[in-house]
Amino acid sequence: MALKIEPRTEIDRRLVWVTPLLAVALTVLVGFFLFWAMGKNPLVTLYHFFISPVRDLYGVSELCLKAAPLILIGVGLSLGFRANVWNIGAEGQLTMGAIAGGGIALYFWEQDGAFILPLMVVASILGGMLYASIPALLKTRFGVNEILTSLMLTYVATLFLSILVYGPWKDPDGFNFPETRMFSESATLPLLLENTRLHVGFLVAIAVAVLAWILMSRTVLGFEIRTVGEAPQAAGFAGFDPARTTWFCLLLSGGLSGLAGLFEVAGPIGQLVPVLTPGYGFTAIIVAFLGRLHPIGIIFAGLLMALSYIGGENAQVEVGLPQAVTGVFQGLLLFFILATDFLTRYRIRSVEAPAATSKGGMA
Amino acid sequence: MSVELLVTVIGAATPLLLAALGELVTEKAGVLNLGVEGMMIVGAITGFAVAMSTGSATLGILAAAASGILMSLLFGVLTLTLLANQVATGLALTIFGIGLSSLIGANFVGTPVDRLPVLPIPVLSDIPIIGPALFNHDALVYVSIVATVAITWFLGRTRAGMILRAVGESDISAHSIGHDVIRVRYLAVMFGGLMAGIAGAFLSLGVTPMWIEGMTAGRGWIALALVVFASWRPYRVLIGAYLFGGVSILQLYAQGVGGVGIPSQVFSMLPYLATIIVLTIISAGPWRGRLDAPACLGRPFRASS
Repeated sequence: MALKIEPRTEIDRRLVWVTPLLAVALTVLVGFFLFWAMGKNPLVTLYHFFISPVRDLYGVSELCLKAAPLILIGVGLSLGFRANVWNIGAEGQLTMGAIAGGGIALYFWEQDGAFILPLMVVASILGGMLYASIPALLKTRFGVNEILTSLMLTYVATLFLSILVYGPWKDPDGFNFPETRMFSESATLPLLLENTRLHVGFLVAIAVAVLAWILMSRTVLGFEIRTVGEAPQAAGFAGFDPARTTWFCLLLSGGLSGLAGLFEVAGPIGQLVPVLTPGYGFTAIIVAFLGRLHPIGIIFAGLLMALSYIGGENAQVEVGLPQAVTGVFQGLLLFFILATDFLTRYRIRSVEAPAATSKGGMA
Repeated sequence: MSVELLVTVIGAATPLLLAALGELVTEKAGVLNLGVEGMMIVGAITGFAVAMSTGSATLGILAAAASGILMSLLFGVLTLTLLANQVATGLALTIFGIGLSSLIGANFVGTPVDRLPVLPIPVLSDIPIIGPALFNHDALVYVSIVATVAITWFLGRTRAGMILRAVGESDISAHSIGHDVIRVRYLAVMFGGLMAGIAGAFLSLGVTPMWIEGMTAGRGWIALALVVFASWRPYRVLIGAYLFGGVSILQLYAQGVGGVGIPSQVFSMLPYLATIIVLTIISAGPWRGRLDAPACLGRPFRASS
C-alpha cells in the first residue's frame, strides 16, 4: 500500500475553516511540550497564556485594544497578498503614519478643538500611503521587488522616528527622555469603555474589515484583485492592469497601517516614543494568513494574535516565562497554518500498490 | 585606506557574503527562501551558546551550521513537500527564528565570548601592508572566499551544478529527463541554511563577540538583495558584499569623525538606503531584462505520477 497525493479539483469549503483551528490546536500542543521542556507546569502555563488574561472585562478590553491594529493592518495586507503584492513593510508605514499624525498633535498641543483629531487621522493615513508609494513606484516603474524595498524602508522609518524623539520633537520638560510631549485631550481618541484603555479604533477596525469583505466579494475591483493574483494571464485578457492593482494594494495597506500607527500613539501610548509597537506590522502578516486572507477570518485571527501578546506578558509575570515565547508561538502558528493549508488543496489517498491507477495527474 | 579600515570592511562583508552565497545556490535551484534573516539569527545564538558552553569556537560554528540546516529543513518540508507558498513560509521562518533566538539567548545577554582566533597565512601575511590586510583573518573569512570560488566552479563546471541550474531553469524538463527535482531543491535549500547559520555565527563570534538580541539587524535581507544585485553570479556577490561592507563601515566611521549636527541615525540609514538605491539602479539600468533570475524561482513543483 502506498500513499498518493492528488490535487483536489475543488477547494473543500469546510476545510478552509477547519484547518486554522487545527493549526491553533497543533501550536498549543507544541506549546505544551515547549513549556514542559522549559521546566514549567504546562497546564498552568497554558492557562495563564490563553485563559487568565481574558477572565474579566478589563482583560477583554485589552484584547480588543491590541487586536485593532492587527486587524486593520491584516485586512490591508491580505488584499495585497491575494493579488501577489507582498507588502512586508507595514511596520514602517505604521511608524510613518504615527509620525505624521503625531506631528499634528504636537503642532496643536496647546490648543483644543474638534478639528485636531480628524486632521491627525487624515495625516496618518496619508503618511502611511506616501511611504507605501515608494515601493509601489519602484515596483511599477522599475520592477524592483517590493518585498525588499518595503522591508528596508521599515528600518529607515524606525531610525527617522528615533531622530525625532531624540532630537527636535523631544519633550522640553521631559527630563531628557527620548519621548515627545503627551498629546492633549483633543488629540487623543475617545474611549469606548470607562476605566479601560479601549478606544474607538476597535470599531473602526471591524468596520474596515466588513467594508473590505464587501469590496472583495461584491465589486469589480475585488474581482480584479483576485484575478491578478490567481490568474495573471486571464487578468491581462480582461484588461486588468497589474500596475494599477499594485498601486491600489500598496496604498490601501499603507494607509491602513498608518492609521493603525495613529491608533497606538493617540490611544494607549499618548505620545511618540522610540518603539511604538511590539512588531504589529509583522504579526499582521500572520494574522492575514491565519484569517485565510478573508476579512472576517482576519477579525478572529487578530483577536487570537492579540491574545498571544497579552498571554505572553501574563505568562511572564505569573510563571516567569521569557517574553520571547510569544514570537516562537506566532512563528509556529504560521508554520502550521501553511502546512495544514496543504489539506485544503490536496487529498491524500492510500492506494493498493499493484492496482492500476489512473494516469490523470497534472503535469 | 588604512589597513585597519580594510580589515573592518572585510569583517562587515563576510557575513553578508556567506549568507548571500547560500541563498544564491538555493535560488539557482528555483527556490526563494526569504527566511535568511531567521536562519542567520538562530545560527548567531546557537554558535554563541555552544562556543560559550564548550569553550570551542569550532564547535560553535559547526552547531550554527547545523541549526541553519535544521531551520532550512523546516522551510523545505513546508514548501517542497507540502507545497506551501515560499514567500509566506520564508517570512514565517524569520519571525520564528527571531523569537527562538531571543528565547535561547535570554540567559546569554551581555556575556562576552572569545573572539574567533586570527589565523595568519604563513609567508603571505608577512608582505607589508597587503599581508596584514588580506592574509591575517579568522577562518570564516577565508572560508567565504574559498566558497565563492568553489560555488562558481560548482555551478559552471560540474555536472551536479548543471543539474541544479537545470532544475531552477525548467523543473518540468529536468524532471522529464529523470532528475529528482525535489531532492535537488532540498539539498540546495539545506546548503542555503548551512551558509546562513555560519554567517550568523560569524556575527556573534567574529564581528561583535557577544549576543545582542536582534543582532542580525536586517543583514539577512541585505544578503537577499545582494543576490539580485549580483544577477545570480557568485563573484558579483563577492563584489557586492564588499561594497556593502564598505558602506556599513563608512557609516560607523562618519558617525565617529564627522557628523557635526547630523544625527547618527542618518548614517545608520545608509546601508538600507543604499540597498534600495542599488536595487533600483540594477533593475532600471541598461541591464534590465538581463538579470538572469532562474526561470522557476519561487514556483512550486509537484511531480506528476
